[in-house]
Amino acid sequence: MTDQSPLIPRNREMHPVPYYPDYKTSVARSPSLPLISMESTPSEETGPRFGHNKLGALDNNLILNWTKGAAPAVGERVLMHGRVLDENNRPVPNTLIEIWQANAGGRYRHIKDTYFAPLDPNFGGCGRTITDENGRYEFLTIRPGAYPWPNRGNDWRPMHIHISVFGHAFGQRLITQMYFEGDPLINRCPIAATIRERSQLDRLVAPLDMASARPMDFLAYKFDIVLRGRRQTMFENKMEGM
Amino acid sequence: MVQKLDTLIESPSQTAGPYVHIGTVPTYAGLGGIYEQEIGESPIADGAKGEVITITGTVADATGWVLRDAMFETWQPDAAGKFAGDAGADPAVSGWARVCADPESGEWTLKTVKPGSTTLRDGRVQAPHISVWLVARGINIGLQTRIYFEDEDNSADPLLNRIEQRPRVDTLIAKRTGDGEYRFDIRIAGPQETVFLDI
Repeated sequence: MTDQSPLIPRNREMHPVPYYPDYKTSVARSPSLPLISMESTPSEETGPRFGHNKLGALDNNLILNWTKGAAPAVGERVLMHGRVLDENNRPVPNTLIEIWQANAGGRYRHIKDTYFAPLDPNFGGCGRTITDENGRYEFLTIRPGAYPWPNRGNDWRPMHIHISVFGHAFGQRLITQMYFEGDPLINRCPIAATIRERSQLDRLVAPLDMASARPMDFLAYKFDIVLRGRRQTMFENKMEGM
Repeated sequence: MVQKLDTLIESPSQTAGPYVHIGTVPTYAGLGGIYEQEIGESPIADGAKGEVITITGTVADATGWVLRDAMFETWQPDAAGKFAGDAGADPAVSGWARVCADPESGEWTLKTVKPGSTTLRDGRVQAPHISVWLVARGINIGLQTRIYFEDEDNSADPLLNRIEQRPRVDTLIAKRTGDGEYRFDIRIAGPQETVFLDI
């Protein structure tokens, strides 16, 4: 039986504001009435689990997965790695992480992306993996390009990788983005700016990690992710997980 | 000064963006074949116990415009109220699915089994429902809601009873449109705004 003690309520001040006029699409896509808050129930405390049997050997290698290893993607080779933890500072093992991103020129392989940067015939743009027993994960990919997008007169997205994490409870579900240390476009991006608490935005900026970079092969960026935790007191009628 | 807490803060969310499909439903985005096995295609397998139902609907913004790019995930127990992983749960019910709006019409469809009721720690019973987590371009943090059913007894449900404005309860209840068929429209904002949750 898995740990099903209550989830720690979300601190929404540490998250982006839903309504942010500088990010124009958010205006009509944000609720105007308050959310209904309640202690978590089994519907949020349980969640889907994914086994390694669903995954292929190249699923976490975006340089090779589109061509099944036949030819590498164009771009600056980068290892993205880190740990998934919960708010109690414990690793989250065996959880699925999915990522997606633009190619080195800033173009997505998607029917709706019409930016004139070319598609890379050797790059698909998605990957997935499962964290190990210590909550660690790794992807090998290329650094995505920055790209312009229709919002205000001249908005550009900083280089970023989208990340989806499951945890072990549906109420932990999280999608976020990883930015790259030193990118001057971060401070000009209205999507990054939806996070009003600067120290929180900084947590989405991955530092260059030369200790994990491989000479003559790839650079590395470290990106840790924290998911909601569960309340862990002796008074919850549940001793397991203490 | 005070002692330092050992706890961490949850990573902040960011919008899933317009290309969420690449990472979550690659075949839909035109990347079919990148993975040998895609996930989330159906919450049930052949032989799932209980009543097979189909829910259809749309996701609309504050102006009433139907989103063509909405993607949401659903999570539910089996017909007996057991979640995948619980002892005795129906092995044919994974309970989790990804649902995409049709890129032309914005309509979505979920085929599943009707979930059973579930019990809270304090013994109160939740009416049968499917949990929904909605993401899209312009949604900065995923929106949680629930699908309840018009033909179930929802009168004692702890969540529905917390909603002060009683007419708003209707926004969480799928309407029966036929034998095993339901309609559930999500309205992100504006008139008939769906009740969203912070659970």
